[in-house]
Order: sequence, then structure tokens, then C-alpha cells
Amino acid sequence: MYRLPRDGRVTARSVRRWKAMIRATRFLREALRKGSPALLRSSGQHNPSEAPGERLTRALFPLLIVAALVAAACGAETSRPAAGTTTPITGEATFPVTVEAANGEVRIERYPERIVSLSPTATEMLFAIGAGDQVVAVDDDSNYPPEAPMTDLSGYEPNVEAIAEFDPDLVVISNDPGDLEKSLEALDIPVILQPAAESLDDTYTQIEQLGVATGHVTEAAELVGSMKSKIQRLVASSPTFDHPLTYYHELDQTYYTATSNTFIGRIYGLLGLRNIADPAKGAASGYPQLSAEYIINADPDVVFLADTNCCGQSAATVAERPGWDEIAAVKTGTVVGLDDDIASRWGPRVVDYLEVVVQALSRLHQGVSS
Amino acid sequence: MSAVTGVREAELGLRATRLRPWVLLLALGSLAGAVLLGILIGPVGLPPAGVVKELTNRLPLVSVHSGLSHLDAAIVWQIRVPRVVLAGLVGAMLAMAGASYQGVFRNPLADPYLLGVAAGAGLGVTLAVACLPGRAGWPADLLPLAAFGGALVAVLATYVLGRSGTRSRNTATLILAGVAVAAFFTAVQTYVQQRHADTLRQVYAWILGSLGTAGWHQVALILPYVAASGLALLFHRRLLDVMSLGDEEAASLGIRAARVRLTVVVAATLGTAAAVAVSGLIGFVGIIVPHTVRLIFGSSYRRVLPLSIILGAAFVIVADLIARTALSPAEIPIGVITAFFGAPFFLLVLRRTRSLS
Repeated sequence: MYRLPRDGRVTARSVRRWKAMIRATRFLREALRKGSPALLRSSGQHNPSEAPGERLTRALFPLLIVAALVAAACGAETSRPAAGTTTPITGEATFPVTVEAANGEVRIERYPERIVSLSPTATEMLFAIGAGDQVVAVDDDSNYPPEAPMTDLSGYEPNVEAIAEFDPDLVVISNDPGDLEKSLEALDIPVILQPAAESLDDTYTQIEQLGVATGHVTEAAELVGSMKSKIQRLVASSPTFDHPLTYYHELDQTYYTATSNTFIGRIYGLLGLRNIADPAKGAASGYPQLSAEYIINADPDVVFLADTNCCGQSAATVAERPGWDEIAAVKTGTVVGLDDDIASRWGPRVVDYLEVVVQALSRLHQGVSS
Repeated sequence: MSAVTGVREAELGLRATRLRPWVLLLALGSLAGAVLLGILIGPVGLPPAGVVKELTNRLPLVSVHSGLSHLDAAIVWQIRVPRVVLAGLVGAMLAMAGASYQGVFRNPLADPYLLGVAAGAGLGVTLAVACLPGRAGWPADLLPLAAFGGALVAVLATYVLGRSGTRSRNTATLILAGVAVAAFFTAVQTYVQQRHADTLRQVYAWILGSLGTAGWHQVALILPYVAASGLALLFHRRLLDVMSLGDEEAASLGIRAARVRLTVVVAATLGTAAAVAVSGLIGFVGIIVPHTVRLIFGSSYRRVLPLSIILGAAFVIVADLIARTALSPAEIPIGVITAFFGAPFFLLVLRRTRSLS
């Protein structure tokens, strides 16, 4: 896509480019209006006696266009809400503040009132610490909480111009493709980078960072405190088994998984569960793809499915897989379907996640002891 | 027919192109070896004797106690054997489709994905993943169906678009149309993926190609296509020899080149689409196997086609064996293996045969 020069100067070169683009669009529109493959036959040798093949071509061309439109339409499920009006609350913190984010020291001059979040996890954190009113736009994957102002901004292929259009005074991202941070900083928009957490401590740090950055230091501290105590309680309430339980955490139905050397693996580690994927040499990356026969032979006591939404997997589909009916988890009915979103984020809902896991373990424990 | 064939053979000097029995036996032997290795070796160490007994136990009218546990028996019969069989079918299909395409298009770079099969299947899978959220009410093998459908649509588009310009009998037009259709489909696929970034991993896992979820179900799914396609192509092996001389020469021998080409392309494409549907894209097999066969055993299709089928199966079985054991228990995408070992081996064969002649 053509983008204006960052400083907004209109140069002779940019004008030439615009004109070329307009010409190209006009040519394309013309070709489509005629409904003929003029694009393919630009040399213009037209044969008056039209072969059947040519007629087919003519019929097929609009079909291809329709296919493209269908493809486009199935992507257009989000709409841009009107820019919300925010009532400025004077937070307890006094601005300017400086936070030490993953992208270095970020200085925020004023109490932010127009936050754009391109990270679903950050969105959940912002709303959980009471900064939701200050958020004007979130990316197309930020589906929680429901009141988050979802837009068609993308966190994977961010468009600086589209972000700038929201006139943000703070942007939160979880990865930085294409040097987004530099582009936004050139527009004097502060950017906080919060990459995927490796442990719960990272989560707490990120929540506290957002607390400082948005003027909600107390709420952030309260949230961290309540998460810590809830997690402690859940861990304490988790049943103990006479042998350590093994588990397999499924990311998709081609058997990609996470080792215990990942955020999610560390959560299971809190409960003393043993990950069957740890011997995988590809485990260095933390997310290896396992062989089916290895999983069956490892005979995990629990199977966690983090591919229920994406890939339609469930206890029933797992039981139907060839050979899987032999493994312990399927036999005891301890195949636990998880919400893909919760299982792939490192925000406040980690507590809910842990609760689902502990409940499943309790059910298994009751079954074993009865 | 036989008189015509005799005349044709004498005329073209093709008499010395028959497939010799010892070559066939050698090829079948290597396939048998690959199958055996594939079944005996895996990420889970099972006693070879037990595995062999378990297999014999499966034969009708034979009852042997293998000594394997329930779980191990399930691993052998429900995981390893279907995976080896599926790898063999996919390898055979890709190799024969590649060989046939190279023949009818007289283009040494033609591969089974040439006419848009890969791009069409990729778009089909992407749309299925992106646009049917949850997919709860859909059949379990939705992705293979979507891939198959997408592949057929793409090839049909290629054929129809390419044909309108082929009055000059130029096969290049068809190939170029294939390139254009593939580019278009890939563009749409990239766009949809960009809109649904959450689908990226799933689609790429599929595109990279894997036999990791193979079961008898997939074998049953593609067997009819591979068998029908194989029979049709083998039936055309002599005609492919004649076609390799050019359309004019073929016409002078009473062969309708366009018709042969259409039949061969349809057979090869249907089979390839079925293979792609269950295994994703496994690159390089369709090019490397037929060319290696040509370099070693000569370029007559009466040798190239049968040997490509057998050795293509053996090659993919061995590649898949490496894919699932090299980093065991983690898997490597099989396309990585076929190219990583296939490309150097091919270069070696190329150098050897060139220096001999």
C-alpha cells in the first residue's frame, strides 16, 4: 500500500506515484467492467469467431473475482467503532512517568486517554486494572473483555497510518514487526512492548508496568496481589496423587505441543504435573511437534486441548484418533478442553485457566479413589 | 494396435527400452526394504521380532502371539503401518505425476504442482480454516476435502484459461496459465491469512506437509485415486514415449497429442490433488525421482513410469522415517527431508552420469 512520507511532505515523487496508482486502478476497473480478460490479452489480437474455450474464459474470470470477494468478505467481521469519548480521571500517579518496558525506557508525558492495544493479553490487563475507559481501540484478536473496542487493526501486520488515525497517546504491542515502534515514535507516540511472558513473574511485571503507564498503580498492585493469592489457594487445593501425573498439552491436531520450558508449561509445573514433551530435542524452542506413536506410548494421565476453538478438537475427536483409545487420559475421561484464547495468553485469566485444570485433576482424583 | 506399436518401435528405435526384470526386482526389493525399515523403526523402541509377529498375526488365517502389549500393538497397526502405506502411496503418486507432466509438457522442470494444484489446495485449506470457525458440525476430514476441491478448481481454471490461447498448440501457454493461476490463488490465500493471523500456524503446519496424523482412514481416502491414476498413466506409457518426440511426430504416427495430453493431465492431477489433500505439500519428489530414474535407467517411459512409482514410494517412506526419528520424539516436516537429502543425491547422480557419457 502506498504510504505518505512520514513527515507528510508532498514531493514531486509522491505525486508521480499517486498518479501511477490511480492509472493502474482505472485500468483494472475498466478491464473488469468489460468482463473480458483484457488483462491477459493486452496485445489485442481479437478473434471475431469466438471459440467455446474463450467463452468459458469469459465466464470464469468473474468467477475468480467472486472467489476473491468471498475470501475478502469472510475476513470482514469487525467494524471500526466511533472514537469513544473519554472522561479524564486524574489518576493518583503524577505524570510524566517512565516505565522500563521490553523496548527500553518509555516516557509518558501525560495521563493517557487514548490507548491503542495491539496485544490481546495487554487488552485484558488494561481492562482488569480499570484502564478500560482510556482504551480507544484494540486489535482484531482482542476479543476479551467483550466491551473492548475491537477494530480491524492487526497486531501481526500493523499499519502505522491506521493506528495513527486513532490519535493515540499510548500504544501497547506484544511484538514489533516491521519496526512499528520506531515508526510510531517518529510520530511522538509512546510505545510499550510487552512480549509473551515466560513466567508468572513476567505477567505481574507487565501488569504493574501498565498500572504505572496508565495511572492505575493501586489497581494494578491489587490485581497482582489477588492473582497471587488465588493461584496460591488453587495450588494448595489441588489433589495429590501417589505418583506424579503426566500430561500432554495440545496446540493443534498435528500434535504441536508446549514443553515445560514455556509459560504454559510452568503453570502446569505449579501443580507438579510432568510434561511428556520434555524429551523432545526440538524442545529448545519450547514448541515441538510430537510423533503420534510417542504420545500414545507416553500414555499421559491428562490431555489438555488448547485447540478446541481453532481446530474443533474435543474429548470425542481425540478418542476417535487411531490408537488414542489406548491411552490413560482417554480411558479415565481426563481429556480437558480449554479455551484456546485463555490458554494462549498470559493475562489475568491465567487464574481461570488454573482453576479449570485443578477441577479436572480433582475429578480424576475422585474417580481414582472411589 | 500391436502392429502399430511394432512399426512405431522400429521407426523410433525404441526396442531396447523394455523394463528388464532384474531392474524391476531391484526396485521392488528396495521398496520392500524401505517398508520394513519404516515399520520396524520409530520414536518408540519396539522389539523387531514382536513387530514382525504382530504383522503376521494380522494376516488372514494366521494366529501368532506377538508378545506386544495392547498399546504397542496399537502403535504398530494403527500408527506405523498406515503411515508407511500412506507415505508409499503419496510418494508413488507424486513421482508418477511428475514423470507424466514432464513427458506431456516436454519440460524437465514440470512437477505435479505445476498447474496450480498446490496453490489451489492451499487456498482451500486456508478458507476452510479461516471461514468455518469451530467446524463442529463439519465432517472430520474437512481439510482434505477443502484441499481436494481447491486443487481441482485451480487446475480447471488453469486449463480453461490456458486453453483459449492454445490454438498454436503451445504447451507453454498452459504452463504460464498455471503460473498465473497459482500466483492469484496464493495472493488470495496470503490475504485471508493476513486477515486471520490466528490461522497462520495451522495452515503452515499443513502446507509444510506431514504424515504425522496418518491413519487407515486417509489410506482409504486416497487409494482409489492413486490406483486409478496409476493405471491410466501406465496405460499411456508408450504414448508418452512418442509424445516426447513432439506433437508433429506423434500426429504423423496417428496419435492425437492433445487428447493424450488431456487424459494424462487429468489422471495425474486427480491423483496429485488426492495426495496433497492428505499429506500437504511434499516438494521435490515429483522432480527428483523421475529424473534420477531417467539418468540411471534411461528415458523411455516404459521404464521411467513403473520405476518412478516404485522408487517414489520407497523414497518418501525413507524420508518420512528420517522425519519422525531424527529428532525423536519431535517431528521434522517431511518436505525439509525430501529436499535436504534429495537435492544433494540428485546432484551426485547428475555429475556421475554426465562424467560417464
